[in-house]
Amino acid sequence: MTATFVGMPPFPTAARAALEDTQLRHNLAHATGTIRDKRARVVAEVEDWEDLRTAGAAIKDATLANLEQHLVQLEARLLEQGAVVHWARDAAEANRIVAGIAKSHAVDEVVKVKSMVTQEIGLNEALALEGIAAWETDLAELIVQLGDDLPSHILVPAIHRNRAEIRQIFLERMAAAGRPAPTDLTDDPAELASTARLHLREKFLRARMAVSGANFAVAETGTLVVVESEGNGRMCLTLPEVLVSVVGIEKVVPTFADLDVFLRLLPRSSTGERMNPYTSTWTGVTPGDGPQEVHVVLLDNGRTRALADEVGRQALRCIRCSACLNVCPVYERVGGHAYGSVYPGPIGAILNPLMHGVGEDAQTDSLPYASSLCGACYEVCPVKIDIPSVLVDLRAQVVDAHRGGVPPVTHLAEAVAMKGVAATFGSSRRLGFAERLVRLGTGVAQRLPVATPWTNARDVPKGPPESFRAWWKRTDGGRR
Amino acid sequence: MRVALQVTCINDALFPDTGKAMVTLLRRLGVDVEFPAGQTCCGQPMVNTGYLDEAVPALRSFVDAFGGYDAIVTPSGSCAGSARHQHQIVARRSGDAGLVAAVEKTAPRVFELTEFLVDQLGVTDVGASFPHAVTYHPTCHSLRMLGVGDRPRMLLEQVRGLRLVDLPAAEECCGFGGTFAMKNADTSIAMGSDKARHVRETGAEILVAGDNSCLMHIGGLLSRQRSGVRTMHLAEILASTEAAPPTVAPLSVEPVETRGLAL
Repeated sequence: MTATFVGMPPFPTAARAALEDTQLRHNLAHATGTIRDKRARVVAEVEDWEDLRTAGAAIKDATLANLEQHLVQLEARLLEQGAVVHWARDAAEANRIVAGIAKSHAVDEVVKVKSMVTQEIGLNEALALEGIAAWETDLAELIVQLGDDLPSHILVPAIHRNRAEIRQIFLERMAAAGRPAPTDLTDDPAELASTARLHLREKFLRARMAVSGANFAVAETGTLVVVESEGNGRMCLTLPEVLVSVVGIEKVVPTFADLDVFLRLLPRSSTGERMNPYTSTWTGVTPGDGPQEVHVVLLDNGRTRALADEVGRQALRCIRCSACLNVCPVYERVGGHAYGSVYPGPIGAILNPLMHGVGEDAQTDSLPYASSLCGACYEVCPVKIDIPSVLVDLRAQVVDAHRGGVPPVTHLAEAVAMKGVAATFGSSRRLGFAERLVRLGTGVAQRLPVATPWTNARDVPKGPPESFRAWWKRTDGGRR
Repeated sequence: MRVALQVTCINDALFPDTGKAMVTLLRRLGVDVEFPAGQTCCGQPMVNTGYLDEAVPALRSFVDAFGGYDAIVTPSGSCAGSARHQHQIVARRSGDAGLVAAVEKTAPRVFELTEFLVDQLGVTDVGASFPHAVTYHPTCHSLRMLGVGDRPRMLLEQVRGLRLVDLPAAEECCGFGGTFAMKNADTSIAMGSDKARHVRETGAEILVAGDNSCLMHIGGLLSRQRSGVRTMHLAEILASTEAAPPTVAPLSVEPVETRGLAL
């Protein structure tokens, strides 16, 4: 894959391009609408859903508050069960570890379970530089990889593609990656799926090493958990000799009883199913069964930075269900690529700035503003992440990062205007004076021969003859 | 009970009829509402753009103006949400213990109009008459931040002559979002266009909501499209009686005729 998020423009620019893509708009409106309705139906079936959400949030918060203790326990159990445990501070360290394991076994290809964290660290690209091919085996990830494309959704990375486009990708690209697609392939979904199955089966049977992430890591037993729909993940987790799992440090849950809560919250929030088809669990090495060499790479890569953020640390509760993407009116219209990260949508708009820090680049700084603050994400989040509040807090961090110096050109007018507004709102007398200019201002806006961001699609309200406060004063509150 | 009207800065400057309707309505229900003249803005435009220090002067004006009242009523779900959920954040950050204490008093006393009518006054029939086809857009902050639920609908259903038409995808954001409408104008307009389309699908003559900021955005689109749909604040409909109907036509938005360069 050569496609990359590096160098993506700030959100408003990327969004403008996406909004003009009619195919994208159509595909997204259809797909998000369908998943949204499915989720709403199955969530409504659960009487104690709100209690479950509260429990999920509480377990994550308690775990994050004592993260070190749980991670150390997880490491100890994993070692007892014959796994090798690695710690990685950042993407580069994690990639080096995985590449090193591959090279020690002299493999030139690995099969991959769908995982967000390996996308986050750019593992496929790093392995490619070492001459190792990493094959995505999740159907949607395969479509993205073959199409030399970028994922645009956490759960459904090819959500921006329709079946006609997928047929085209299979016909043109599959041959270069292995078993080719039949030349008479149609866009019938069952036919597309069976073509992918045959293509992937060769890879499963041949591969000696697999790479996965994990949805959860249970500290008390050292058990890793992968939740999926297709079963391709389980193929990777059971067939090869060597299994390497890259796991974000926030994935740890203390006990199996805690895991229960999340296994109930996740499928309904994510795919809108009562239960996901495949839940795979493994605890180190089981002699004579499955991979006989098991590695776990525990990854920070900005997570401790997020953990240090008093308001934002709740983002680490995230179980990557993507319910927030599916209900977000902004995501529904612009899709995932505009966010410039493998984590798009509302959760991406907070997670990326929290993990990278703000005030460094315009793209990251634009993300907290990529929301109308409508709150639909907070309402559906299974672990109750108050995304709107975190967005507002991050906006303040962006502004604060530019205080004291000259604000960047894009913020200069705004920063000056806000100072003026602050002074005006500090006194009702000054505000009353400013309001006398409103009629003049709206009149000018209406007649201006240039379109502003407001007026190029929206008319401007007509300024009233007098403000409310002027009316109240003149008429003594309407009494005279 | 001393009741103050928090008219909001946008209504004060651009939509004074909403403020006047609040006065008419509340007086009719026996509430001698006052307008503390020291009020300015709740500070939300600054807070939601990230300028928290710049919101402090507005917050000081707020607590000075409203400190002595038992209830503060506002025709805006958004401004009520700002007062109840954001003021304390701004106050704490300012490091001014006096401001924190003052906000502790004012924040829980702020009520959005429908909350005040239904919960505090215990009325749903306010004696209004408005013989028009109306559709209602539940604004995000009233719906999800305050949780006003079906209070607006309960009030509208009691209005004489009013025909309430369901709005498709009613709970989806209109795309205003404060400075979002300017900073992400393309996305904002895309969202607003869908909202305007749903409004037109209802065949209603009037779109009503509890926030004039959202209505300014949707109304600006509807006006530009020459849709023949007018926006009105809920307070203006509830204030309307057979003896004193509001002026329904012409549209409150003046269409723009000429356009040259695009900025």
